[in-house]
Amino acid sequence: MTRTIAAREGAGVVQVEAEVIGNVAAGGYRHLTLVTPGLAELARPGQFVALSVGDGTSSMLLRRSFSIHKVSPAGTYGGTTEIVVAAHGEGTRILTALEPGENVGVIGPLGRGFPLPSQPVPCILVGGGYGSAPLFWLAEQLRERGCAVEIVLGAASADRLFGVVEARRVGDGVTVTTDDGSVGTRGWVSDVVPELIERSGAAVVYGCGPMGMLSSLSAIADEHGIVAQVAVEEAMACGVGICMTCVMPVRDESGTTSMVRSCLDGPVFRGDRVRWEAFDDGYCRVPEDTVGAPKAVR
Amino acid sequence: MSAPTHSVDMSVDIAGVRLPSPMMTASGCAANGRELNRFIDITTLGAFVTKSVKLDPVSGRGTPRMAETPSGMLNSIGLQGPGVSAFVEKDLAWLHSIGARVVVSIAGNTASEFARVARAIVRSRYADAVAAIEVNISCPNVANRGLVFACDPAGAHKVLTLVREEVPRGLPMLAKLSPDVTDIVGIAEVVLKAGAHGLTMINTTLGVAIDTDRLRPHLAAATGGLSGPAIRPMAVRAIWQVAGAMREGRIRTVPIVGVGGVRHGTDALELVAAGATAIQVGTAAFNDPSAPHRVGVELEQLVADRGFGRLADVVGIAHERFTA
Ligand SMILES: Cc1cc2nc3c(=O)[nH]c(=O)nc-3n(C[C@H](O)[C@H](O)[C@H](O)COP(=O)(O)OP(=O)(O)OC[C@H]3O[C@@H](n4cnc5c(N)ncnc54)[C@H](O)[C@@H]3O)c2cc1C
Ligand SMILES: Cc1cc2nc3c(=O)[nH]c(=O)nc-3n(C[C@H](O)[C@H](O)[C@H](O)COP(=O)(O)O)c2cc1C
Ligand code: FES
Repeated sequence: MTRTIAAREGAGVVQVEAEVIGNVAAGGYRHLTLVTPGLAELARPGQFVALSVGDGTSSMLLRRSFSIHKVSPAGTYGGTTEIVVAAHGEGTRILTALEPGENVGVIGPLGRGFPLPSQPVPCILVGGGYGSAPLFWLAEQLRERGCAVEIVLGAASADRLFGVVEARRVGDGVTVTTDDGSVGTRGWVSDVVPELIERSGAAVVYGCGPMGMLSSLSAIADEHGIVAQVAVEEAMACGVGICMTCVMPVRDESGTTSMVRSCLDGPVFRGDRVRWEAFDDGYCRVPEDTVGAPKAVR
Repeated sequence: MSAPTHSVDMSVDIAGVRLPSPMMTASGCAANGRELNRFIDITTLGAFVTKSVKLDPVSGRGTPRMAETPSGMLNSIGLQGPGVSAFVEKDLAWLHSIGARVVVSIAGNTASEFARVARAIVRSRYADAVAAIEVNISCPNVANRGLVFACDPAGAHKVLTLVREEVPRGLPMLAKLSPDVTDIVGIAEVVLKAGAHGLTMINTTLGVAIDTDRLRPHLAAATGGLSGPAIRPMAVRAIWQVAGAMREGRIRTVPIVGVGGVRHGTDALELVAAGATAIQVGTAAFNDPSAPHRVGVELEQLVADRGFGRLADVVGIAHERFTA
């Protein structure tokens, strides 16, 4: 049974023990539906939820974060939240094995979602692997505002793609790329995006997926003089802003770089604000000009 | 959770400061309040403990800064923070405005830097929100090439002595100790001689995790502090040893604030029975942001179930009941 743990008036976030009511295969992923009263009304595309693994005695203490794929405020079960989960390590293996009727701790909605353009401009939405999960809901909202929406889905192989059918429903055009060429164009999404920007006259590129992909999308957007809005994935311990593990070097409007929490100030950042050059082979160093950076020791 | 069968006096006395509840957040595990206040009303805690604040802004370490370990985690945040002026104007001001009781955790690269941070806090216009100063001597001493103050009796003594000169009468000064020492009673003795009014035990203990795919350290900083239920027996041991020394009259008796691996009421009760007067909840809040509050409710029930009317009557009781 679903139970609300914490939901303070005006906090914009709820903590619930959510009942799982659906867990179905979606290519190489699992698509989970969770009963989350109070969450749907607050959520926007690009925000995420943080799930606990096991009950209060599990040896896995840290929450796992997942983009919100979809919310339904008033289903048969009350509000529901849907997520798409890749079995990556031990925690996600346990979460993808949850059976309908079982419970899971959910906190959300978390973070800042995708900003929507004020004008009806053409947009390109790019998803890598399960990174496409939040984009269809975004596409619907953009189309409601009169934006033309091109969707690009990329993955290593056909089974790592998510939502091709859904993309055809909500997008004006859909391009698929796979590294191995098993479906669509062989190669990376970054191979097809420049031409799409030129052809569609896009003003905004939205991206969600691996860091390398987001970094190249940001570079492509820069080259074309347009804005990239990217949802990043940094290792997070809490998801709610209390641990400081999820930081990244990001410039503010005045050009000052700080280590900001991607769970609170993100996960969506303007691509040109992120210091991509600091990321290298799985580590991210603190750029020397960051506020409070260690002074070089001589 | 049902209401306790009879009411328990959960108030605690921290060196003359009375708190309505023994529950606190742990430094660095609750940011500076706003984020946690979305889940629980932090003014109902005994006190809110801030992230350790230093004189100047600190960016902290590169990432990854975190690795999950069995029943715990390693972190290498590196005391990221805005510096004491911004802390006072933004964070302390806000905590003051909502009426929270605040334990300000302070840190520094040198003993005099600790003292300057303490001065900025106690002389600020929000000083009346401050219930205690917690001196985090578990950070490395820059002047001493990275030796942690809490592992260096002379350094620890100097920090506490200089901070004490800044702290007005009636404001308790807690020294937060590291478990990474051969003799924690010896370090406790040193900081008590320097004037500490209470002890917070324990800080994280140093560890390394290796990424077995890349075969290199998982953390960008290589080493990190281990926390969570995995370290609870170390916390209980440290409290047991130091409280034991107090009971035997080997060192001065002061309140102990217990921290380390508390996730449920029974964990808190363990620390209390070993000698802790108050309890901080750290890593467990990452799993359950309501934990600092929830654990207090569970603890009250457990104390009631065991027939006690006051939490204070359980503090250190394990020493009395141990007859070996
Ligand atoms: C904002 C955000 C949205 C995400 N959306 C999705 C999604 O829609 N679908 C999906 O399958 N995955 C998503 N992820 C990645 C997902 O959180 C990780 O795959 C998952 O946490 C790994 O947990 P594990 O126990 O399997 O792996 P382990 O490696 O055992 O996890 C150990 C710890 O590291 C953290 N961690 C490990 N890898 C990642 C990672 N890539 N990102 C963040 N934290 C990590 C875990 O949360 C955990 O605390 C998202 C991550 C973030 C930050
Ligand atoms: C992410 C993180 C950051 C921390 N930052 C600080 C800090 O700034 N100052 C401090 O004194 N202790 C810090 N600690 C240590 C905790 O306050 C606490 O002593 C330790 O985590 C043990 O308690 P726990 O097992 O309940 O987490 C930090 C711990 C964690 C996990
Ligand atoms: S994940 Fe804890 S602060 Fe962002």
